[in-house]
Amino acid sequence: MADDLFKALADPTRRTILDELTEKSGQTLFEICARLSMKHQLGISRQGVSQHLAVLEAAGLVETRREGRYKFHDLNTAPLRHIAERWPVRDTPGPEKSTS
Amino acid sequence: MKIQLTSVFVDDQAKAERFYTEILGFVKKHDVPLGETDRWLTVVSRDDPAGVELLLEPSGHPAVKPYRDALVQDGIPLAQFAVEDVQAEYDRLRGLGVRFTQEPLEMGPVTTAVFDDTCGNLIQIATVPK
Repeated sequence: MADDLFKALADPTRRTILDELTEKSGQTLFEICARLSMKHQLGISRQGVSQHLAVLEAAGLVETRREGRYKFHDLNTAPLRHIAERWPVRDTPGPEKSTS
Repeated sequence: MKIQLTSVFVDDQAKAERFYTEILGFVKKHDVPLGETDRWLTVVSRDDPAGVELLLEPSGHPAVKPYRDALVQDGIPLAQFAVEDVQAEYDRLRGLGVRFTQEPLEMGPVTTAVFDDTCGNLIQIATVPK
């Protein structure tokens, strides 16, 4: 599980896919491809994007759902909790008061 | 050479005629009986009756279903129509019960959305700057 998670996060294109799914969950493959090419100038084939999605799905970060004849991809950030559990994040220390 | 006619396969021509005229607002141009049940059925834009015709072609050929099902599953539209304002058209069509697989999405100068034509296809609408 952990290996799949870190492998999935290691690739910048896959992180961009997660960014776009954060903006809107529930996207078709076509929409994800359109966002990557138009917003990020990433010229990846649909097959390439499919493969990236398969890696994200194996890591549990993306879930697919069939709705009638359509297939949508949803974001699931729950697996990221493993990282915080393994290396717990401390609360923001007191002395460094934020001025913003 | 210029494009005078293009086509989409439809499951049911009578249903397609209703959807493309009553919901989308196209106007019927030709309706010629072909064989037992099929028709040569074309529609044109209300704004451009002499423009490109869209043929609503029967989808009976066995290759059509697997081809279209695979495209629909991945959300890939089979045709694109230009509209003045994607957001306004999205709101109008949603109000008429049309199912969208992609909500209006701004991508640089172009805004697009994708809906189901209820006849087996996904259709993209786009506002392209003039």
